[in-house]
Amino acid sequence: MGRQSWSGLSLLWQSLSRHRGWREQWRKPEPKPAYDAVIVGGGGHGLGTAYYLAAEHGLTNVAVVEKGWIGGGNTGRNTTIIRSNYLFDESIAIYDHAVKMWETLAQVLNYNVMYSPRGVMMLAHTVHDAQMLKRILHANRANGVDNEWLSPEEAKAFCPPLNIGTDIRYPVLGATLQRRGGTARHDAVAWGYARAADALGVDILENCEVTGIRRDAGGAVEALETTRGLIRTRRVGVVAAGNSSVVMRMAGVRLPLESFPLQAMVSEPVKPVFPCVVMSNAIHAYISQSDKGELVIGAGTDAYTSYTQRGALHVDMHTLEAICELFPCFRRLRMLRNWGGIVDVTPDRSPVIGTTPVPGLFVNCGWGTGGFKATPGSAHVFAWTLAKGEPHPIAAPFSLERFRDGRLIDEAAAAGVAH
Amino acid sequence: MLLIHCPYCGERPEIEFSYGGQAHLARPARPADLTDDEWAAHLYLRDNPRGLHAERWRHVRGCGRFFNALRDTTTDRFAGTYKTGESAP
Repeated sequence: MGRQSWSGLSLLWQSLSRHRGWREQWRKPEPKPAYDAVIVGGGGHGLGTAYYLAAEHGLTNVAVVEKGWIGGGNTGRNTTIIRSNYLFDESIAIYDHAVKMWETLAQVLNYNVMYSPRGVMMLAHTVHDAQMLKRILHANRANGVDNEWLSPEEAKAFCPPLNIGTDIRYPVLGATLQRRGGTARHDAVAWGYARAADALGVDILENCEVTGIRRDAGGAVEALETTRGLIRTRRVGVVAAGNSSVVMRMAGVRLPLESFPLQAMVSEPVKPVFPCVVMSNAIHAYISQSDKGELVIGAGTDAYTSYTQRGALHVDMHTLEAICELFPCFRRLRMLRNWGGIVDVTPDRSPVIGTTPVPGLFVNCGWGTGGFKATPGSAHVFAWTLAKGEPHPIAAPFSLERFRDGRLIDEAAAAGVAH
Repeated sequence: MLLIHCPYCGERPEIEFSYGGQAHLARPARPADLTDDEWAAHLYLRDNPRGLHAERWRHVRGCGRFFNALRDTTTDRFAGTYKTGESAP
């Protein structure tokens, strides 16, 4: 079944024919006994990997197995911030690879992912913040990535609700602005990749949890045991976010990961009031406004490892106190709901993408608290890695071996976040 | 917020504590004898289990002492806490 192409014309046609012609966006197939490759994890990164395997590498006998439903994990739980203003060359390369792909993703997938480059502003509250942000700014510009310095007055002109008073606990001393940064509709990214991959023949198997990884006498992957039966395959890509350690342990691989709850919340919807994305790493406040009108607010991780997809309220309160001081006009706004997702955090806060000691087993994990922005780039280089059996040049520095070789990409220190 | 039983002070709210990660990670007696893989495993690899987890906590805004806890990471319920040097219950 080919993909039903969407356009203004198709919308007009469907409205004239009472919307009876819309087809389901992807099939609900039964698992086949065997596939050329299986992706474990049906989030944006996993679905994107399957899509690029089919679209760019001609590998269409592919399945994505997802223990829940599409868009139910971290893809639907994050705060949708997109940016590439990282410190190290390796990080800038992969995150900017993603930003460039965001720019055309809606056209490529024929799906409105609502990418909105409205600008990401990062605040400095101390002299050290300012020095660190300027260091990142220059690293970005040396790598051809846009980033600029704003005075407090310029920051306020760009984001009028911002309080630049000097009488607050953490006054704004300045900010960096990446104008190409912004947001996208997170669900649409998962759905768009699922629909596009399905149209190329990829089987998307929801409610299909992996319970074991079978290996042959030589140690190579030969099959996945799942709640929907045995699936034979010689090539497996694990993209299971917070549960990556759990899945990889089934093949006897330990990972440098710890899984923490990361919380976010939205306010009641209000009229357009907040024109950009504002982040403050120093006081853990991340805020933007969705097209529905809700303020989307990201908090920090809870202190302890957990798989509960919820966290404690004092973590949210910490962020809301900061938000209320930076944006006093939001003090009377009510919060509509809060939730948690489980993020897999590496010691250097950079992802792990590549081969593993087990032949046929590949992993893409460790995106921690900021994986959404990388979705297209991560999926693109991981598909290449899976198809060719060796790391894509952009993915190569993010190998599992970097921990052995001491070549960490220490964005933890760069972010200056109290992890 | 978790209620955590400090073995020295009793039950206290979570904000009095800091988290110390996986417990019972002994530093190798002879680090120089380790291969690079073994040293990386000691420094970076963690069990990160879905289920019971032995972990360190410190009652940093109380008695200041470290202790260990056994907690289920699928429910966040503590199975028990115990003093440093004791084995898990």
